[in-house]
Amino acid sequence: MRPALILGAVLSLTALAAALVSLVWTPWDPTAMTISARLQGPSAAHWAGTDHFGRDILSMLMAGARTSLAVALVAVGIGVGLGVPLGLTAAAHRGSWLDELIMRGNDLIFAFPALVIAILITATFGPSATNAILAIGIFNIPVFARVARAGALSLWTLDFIRAARVAGKGRARISAEHILPNIANLLIVQGTIQFSLGILAEAGLSYVGLGAQPPTASWGRMLAEAQTMVTLAPHVALFPGLAIVFTVLGLNLLGDGLRDALDPRLRGRVT
Amino acid sequence: MSLLALDALSVRIGARPILSEVALSLAPGEILGLVGESGSGKSMTALAVMGLLPEGARVTGSVRLDGREVLGLPEAALNRMRGAEAGMIFQEPMTALNPLMSIGDQVAEVLRIHGRMSRAEALEVARERLDRVGLTAPRFPLSLYPHELSGGQRQRVAIALAIALRPKLLIADEPTTALDVTTQAEVLRLIAGLARDEGMGLMLITHDLAVVAGMADRVAVMQGGRIVEAGPTEALFRAPKAPYTRDLLRAATHRPAPPSQGEYLNQEKDQPAFSWQKYSKSDGSALLTVETATRIYRLPRPSPLAPHPELRAVDGVSFTLDAGESLGLVGESGCGKSTLTRAILGLDPLQGGAIRLGDHLVSPEMPRAARADVQVVFQDPYGSFNPRQRVERLVAEPFHLTGRPTDWRARVAEALREVGLDPADGRRFIHEFSGGQRQRLAIARALIIRPKLIVLDEAVSALDVRVRAQVLDLLAELQARHGLAYLFISHDLSVVRAVTSRCLIMQAGRIVEEGPTEALFTAPHHEYTRHLLAATPRIPAGWMTEEESLS
Repeated sequence: MRPALILGAVLSLTALAAALVSLVWTPWDPTAMTISARLQGPSAAHWAGTDHFGRDILSMLMAGARTSLAVALVAVGIGVGLGVPLGLTAAAHRGSWLDELIMRGNDLIFAFPALVIAILITATFGPSATNAILAIGIFNIPVFARVARAGALSLWTLDFIRAARVAGKGRARISAEHILPNIANLLIVQGTIQFSLGILAEAGLSYVGLGAQPPTASWGRMLAEAQTMVTLAPHVALFPGLAIVFTVLGLNLLGDGLRDALDPRLRGRVT
Repeated sequence: MSLLALDALSVRIGARPILSEVALSLAPGEILGLVGESGSGKSMTALAVMGLLPEGARVTGSVRLDGREVLGLPEAALNRMRGAEAGMIFQEPMTALNPLMSIGDQVAEVLRIHGRMSRAEALEVARERLDRVGLTAPRFPLSLYPHELSGGQRQRVAIALAIALRPKLLIADEPTTALDVTTQAEVLRLIAGLARDEGMGLMLITHDLAVVAGMADRVAVMQGGRIVEAGPTEALFRAPKAPYTRDLLRAATHRPAPPSQGEYLNQEKDQPAFSWQKYSKSDGSALLTVETATRIYRLPRPSPLAPHPELRAVDGVSFTLDAGESLGLVGESGCGKSTLTRAILGLDPLQGGAIRLGDHLVSPEMPRAARADVQVVFQDPYGSFNPRQRVERLVAEPFHLTGRPTDWRARVAEALREVGLDPADGRRFIHEFSGGQRQRLAIARALIIRPKLIVLDEAVSALDVRVRAQVLDLLAELQARHGLAYLFISHDLSVVRAVTSRCLIMQAGRIVEEGPTEALFTAPHHEYTRHLLAATPRIPAGWMTEEESLS
């Protein structure tokens, strides 16, 4: 009924399945180098071929999916965990100094280019997947704070919130009990979108060498390593590129589809 | 020859019949009132005439405008017809205009699309049309934007748009439902005057029988997509034939019946006429005392160095409300009654004066236990409940003030029974209930901790007349049973008159008149009260039998 939603779910779940399966099994050891078998094209033994060290690309892609998804997931978690309470607090105290403080603080984070902050963090603490998570996560905070605040503000004017106040409930309790469940849709959709952006950001950071370090597999670093020999063995760059494109596409379709499916105004409309 | 003739008009959306065999006719210069409750199909009838039915609607029958069949016309022909031959006015003046276009340009746009005039010519005609609807130069230049106008003024612009091309047919769909009574009276007079002067046929769609009683030549009553009765206005009111019409008329002037049991009834058996005082048991002890309550809003500075101008939304209001009493608070939008209500509920602080509830001072900081004496029912049955929680949890919410007793489920079940719902409804979600049922749930929620005072903030304004009558009966019964005091806030004088014993009239933040409701309605002292009463649409006395108007 909703082809976009189904396609998005299939692509996203494929990436997730690859990451989960790689925990227990990959066709080859993704770190094992076999120089004699380097730069082979796709074959029955190596479905996606091998790279310049003779590593199995499919195995590296599966292990890379784990890195990408883990980084994006934790980064979204940081954004939701800090951003949503901040946004709810700002909305509950609309117009007060607290609202101003929170939202201007968010503007401040927004004002910094993400890459510059990432470079700053990695320059200070050294490049690693953890620091990539931190850098991406920080930029998710203002996104979720804004979405939560905007959604909450429109709810605060409704009568059921006034009824809860007449029932003696405080702002924090109303935010948790009445506001949060009613903005969950917004947050889920934004979460999917931030998740796909997180994967892109992780790939970008790894590409410039600020993300996951060898021997941890990473799609971004696979691309970076492959670029010098893209004319010689295009498949080495092609497969990680496709992995990123399809995963991000799938998550975006999933986010769009969820937004339509969860929005009662669009419900029942066939696309 | 009739200007508009509908014959066997049926509309279905999917498998659902929306209109069934609707037949109507309208002569030039005639005013037809189309009356019905929400969902009766009256707006759909209007949309069918304009060719504006939603996508997927299947139409059969015939709609002839000035002798020409409208159904099946191609979109281009419909576009030429809309505005030029048939104009339409909508309910909500706040959204009917484009906020980014000046009112002159909006009226001129209609003329330019249809009339192929130059902009200068069109603006000249727009000026003339806006003058015609009472927005005269120089007070209302063409360069004004919608946000600079009040609701009533915007509705006048919408009317100017509708009559810009002097259409033969004007359809007004609840044109005054969103307006205050005094504005409503002016706008209705304007629309009726235009129809008479220009010889337009006017189809006036409304849920309010009193509105059509004062205006329409003929009335058609709709129910469930059918016309159940149609005829000349006075004859239809004096001798309604369809049972549904009789129901509607009864409900429109309904006053809650005295309770079947209760001490107050027996005490005053010898009094001839029924009055609310009989069972609105006021024992003279003040429950709510409001002393020179003042609420000031600071407005933005007009210039960086100027002081903040102040708006005194509530300006030194004093009154008392006795235990068990029904007190009405009447005023038009912007008079400060909502601000006052929020202060009484302890949601907003005051800048001056004090509000006392029993022994406690009311303020946002008041302790929970003290809040338990007052509860509230709001206007909007759709915004009053969290859609994600089950009814039992929604109804039990005020227990937060008193601590949730262990038998809370039983109490919820009892509260549901008291408001006429099934205790099993507690497991359902709010979207499964109709507007009237939701207001009953809101009452159950207010009732569950046995408050002494329930604030009814336009609590029946959004309901259809028959449902409204039932809810008013329920409120009367609950008051008699539990000795509740009601503060009944409304802009609707007829409802306030039906259910309160004493009444306050509020204007611009002040109480301008106070007194027993009947006295205030029969012999108002203040000019504003007289003004309000004169503006209230009324079914003329004598059109209805005693049995109907009192039952």
